[in-house]
Amino acid sequence: MTAVTLTHLRRDYGVKSALRDLSLQVGSGQMVALLGPSGCGKTTALKIIAGLDAPTAGDVAFDGVSVLDQSPAARGAVMVFQNHLLFPHMTVAENIGFGLRMRKEPKRAPMVAAMLDLVQLQGLGARKPSELSGGQAQRAALARALILRPKVLLLDEPLSNLDANLRHEMRGLIRKVQREMQLTTILVTHDQEEAVVLADQIALIQDGSLQQFGAPQDFFDQPRSIDVARFFGGVNFVAGQGDGRAFHCSLGALPLPVSGRGVVTIRPENIVLGGPIKARLVERRYLGTSTRLQVAVGAEILEIITAPKADLPSDLTLDLPAKALWFIPDANG
Amino acid sequence: MARLLHRLAVWGLILGLIAPLLPLIIWSFARGWRFPDLLPQAWSGRAWAYALSDISGVLDSLALTVFIALTVTLISAVIGVPAGRALGLHQFRGKRIVEAIVLAPLIVPALAVALGLHGVFIGLGLTGGIGGVIIVHLIPVLPYMILIMAGIFANFDPAYESQARSLGATPLQIFIHVTLPAIFPGLMVAMLFAFLVSWSQYILTLMIGGGRVITLPLVLFNFATSGRNDIAGAIAVIYILPAILILALTARRVTGMTGRI
Repeated sequence: MTAVTLTHLRRDYGVKSALRDLSLQVGSGQMVALLGPSGCGKTTALKIIAGLDAPTAGDVAFDGVSVLDQSPAARGAVMVFQNHLLFPHMTVAENIGFGLRMRKEPKRAPMVAAMLDLVQLQGLGARKPSELSGGQAQRAALARALILRPKVLLLDEPLSNLDANLRHEMRGLIRKVQREMQLTTILVTHDQEEAVVLADQIALIQDGSLQQFGAPQDFFDQPRSIDVARFFGGVNFVAGQGDGRAFHCSLGALPLPVSGRGVVTIRPENIVLGGPIKARLVERRYLGTSTRLQVAVGAEILEIITAPKADLPSDLTLDLPAKALWFIPDANG
Repeated sequence: MARLLHRLAVWGLILGLIAPLLPLIIWSFARGWRFPDLLPQAWSGRAWAYALSDISGVLDSLALTVFIALTVTLISAVIGVPAGRALGLHQFRGKRIVEAIVLAPLIVPALAVALGLHGVFIGLGLTGGIGGVIIVHLIPVLPYMILIMAGIFANFDPAYESQARSLGATPLQIFIHVTLPAIFPGLMVAMLFAFLVSWSQYILTLMIGGGRVITLPLVLFNFATSGRNDIAGAIAVIYILPAILILALTARRVTGMTGRI
């Protein structure tokens, strides 16, 4: 149970900046995802928290105490790398017991056995890493970190090398273990779905700085910028002007009490068929469990996700529920 | 077909290595062996008895040569592992120049190097002793060691070290438990190479040792030039043994032989 605080973290490599300014509060026992496209600096941030890299500026504190001058072992942060990195010359059991052996812990065998159970690798302790499947190797790597009872667990793209089924299993395992051990966990991913499913809080990082931090739901309902909205599958953006009572745009006057220039966005799944706005069907794609529609309202194209319907007339009417509308003011005011 | 060719190549190599040794072995047991005779007229253990006796000094030379070669091998490993790591893992300004300097001793003839170094070593008071010989042997040995280790490290993922560190290992523990096992096979080959290169030095030992550090090749050369072919044969066999042993140890690695052959 450890809270992690990042304060204005910055990391420069020569003239390039991998991480420009990252401040973040990770609550004790929480699972936070650092989400962003590759090269956005999220893995750099993870390595700095792990103590494997030092920031150019800024501070990392565990429970309010700076840990920058502490070794990884002293600060109790353990990182699990993307490619499992099991040591190839050791058995699975030796790999899992590695950290304890480094601490010169004498009674390792029972703890290793318990870990093998926890990650469902019973009976595979004597195998070499090369004899494990991708999913088993990833679980062994997780066990190798968990056995140390870390204060902070750091996961770098823990699911990226797994296929769809294994991902699902591994996700469940990570969530279960994290809850049971109440481990403060920070994970890095470029996959928005992974972040949403796993994390209590998401920190969206782009170009080395924090774009938005909050619960997964916030990123869908209340994106801070068009970029954030797009990263989470937002597609409908209508520019216009608010006058304090309504938002005036090409769709007419929307009931949104905002002022200033900006865009209004609405999730494609929140647009309701049938209503006051006239629209023309442009394209329809059947997606199995849903149907994706493109409709034209005047010159504006909107996307709608709706239940699969066999027949739709080419002339439709829509409603944009007021509570589903979200206003993003222009960045330059 | 490919298998047959492979076998032929391996046996050809073995034969090519052993066949030239046969006359040496025969010489070492011969009592007079004149031109058109296919085999000596009489056999004798005289040459071996002399070579292995205290008077000849061969065994002392053998011990000295082993000592020098082992020391050179260890020192070159201590220098070559970090140097090879830097060259294999990191990109840095002037890397090409460093690589060229590392390679230089292999390109410049040893005699030229020895002549140039002789003066320097005299100035430093390093001539005529084992220390100077060990230092001068490092010149031809280090390029092999560094280049082999650079190749090994180019295939090593340093993320393993980061992972070990994150799991609480100290730098020494990381080296012993993670890095060393990964580079060990390559390091062994490099060390065997280093041993052999030191083992076969003649000119550098002669120049810097000033005739006071008598290694096996120097003894061998003395007998070979003085016309004692039988004794020279016996010493040559002793001299070649480590090479054969090392080849046998590394044959699998060098030829890619599998256990099935």
